[in-house]
Amino acid sequence: MITVAAAAEIPPDQRRSSYELMSRENRAMQDDDTANPATFWVLDGEALWKQKAGAADKACADCHGDASASMKGVAARYPAFEPSRRRPIDLEQRINICRTERQKATPLAFESKELLALTAYVARQSRGMPIDIPADRVIEFLDAGRSLFHRRQGQLNLSCAQCHNDNWGRSLAGNTVPQGHPTGYPVYRLEWQTLGSLQRRLRNCLVGMRAEPYEYGAPEYVALELYLMWRARGLPLESPAVRP
Amino acid sequence: MARALINVPAKAKRGDVITIKTLISHKMESGFRYNNLGVLYPRDIITSFACTYNGEEIFRADVYPAIAANPFITFHTVATESGTLEFKWTGDNGFSQSESMQISVE
Repeated sequence: MITVAAAAEIPPDQRRSSYELMSRENRAMQDDDTANPATFWVLDGEALWKQKAGAADKACADCHGDASASMKGVAARYPAFEPSRRRPIDLEQRINICRTERQKATPLAFESKELLALTAYVARQSRGMPIDIPADRVIEFLDAGRSLFHRRQGQLNLSCAQCHNDNWGRSLAGNTVPQGHPTGYPVYRLEWQTLGSLQRRLRNCLVGMRAEPYEYGAPEYVALELYLMWRARGLPLESPAVRP
Repeated sequence: MARALINVPAKAKRGDVITIKTLISHKMESGFRYNNLGVLYPRDIITSFACTYNGEEIFRADVYPAIAANPFITFHTVATESGTLEFKWTGDNGFSQSESMQISVE
């Protein structure tokens, strides 16, 4: 763990979810399942969980049973090391590996309604649990994510750390700069008017600093996701959250 | 069928003011957006929402293109008697959806 600790990191007692920066109305929307539009995806995900798919004619439930028991806590420890790929994968990639290798079905496209629905349903089972990334097997990938986080890029020559480590709590245009903890993905973002993954949010930041975004599923994104989740360790998972 | 989520208290005291919250999944395509080839996405929105309480209309809203996707409409009423609240959304391309909820007032 010591190898990835940096001097300017936010001390654990000062780490805050961006939930705390939201208006009272937006917080109320997230807290009430009948007001949180992400519930639509969770309900779709629940239906997909039980639906047989692919040449193997298997549903997620045929192997994993009741998601409220089998998927509890899973999202809080992803991205996780996948031995068959010899690298960490995020929850969306985990679902697609299950689809192609166990269900013998075609993989779902990133940001498709089905993949977001399944991810939201799985992540929902870990709501309230502390984020816990076991660092021992993924040290080199954590280091890669950390160096990406601190690397200046794009025409604006900015790094993630300049906003989210050095200037959180200050204003950028009309908004308060958050610490950038991915506590609620996939999130229903009011600006998007839909649910979106952490990779979509990262793409958003990269475009904002006028850097070339990576392809969905790129190892760079997963390394960043891994580092961000590790950086947010201990914060409770809010998935699926609402964000402005 | 679109998914709709409705939050009505199952029980209330007579005379109480109750909060009703409704959320429906709908893309609310405004009719002002173009794709990257310059072709307009045709308008597809919900245009009207109404709620009746034992057959009597207690709330109605006209909805316009500026309303975001998945419209969330919340309002209040006085719990007068036990019965049924009916909700109806109508919109472009023949969109129509009805839901109903029971309330018991004592």
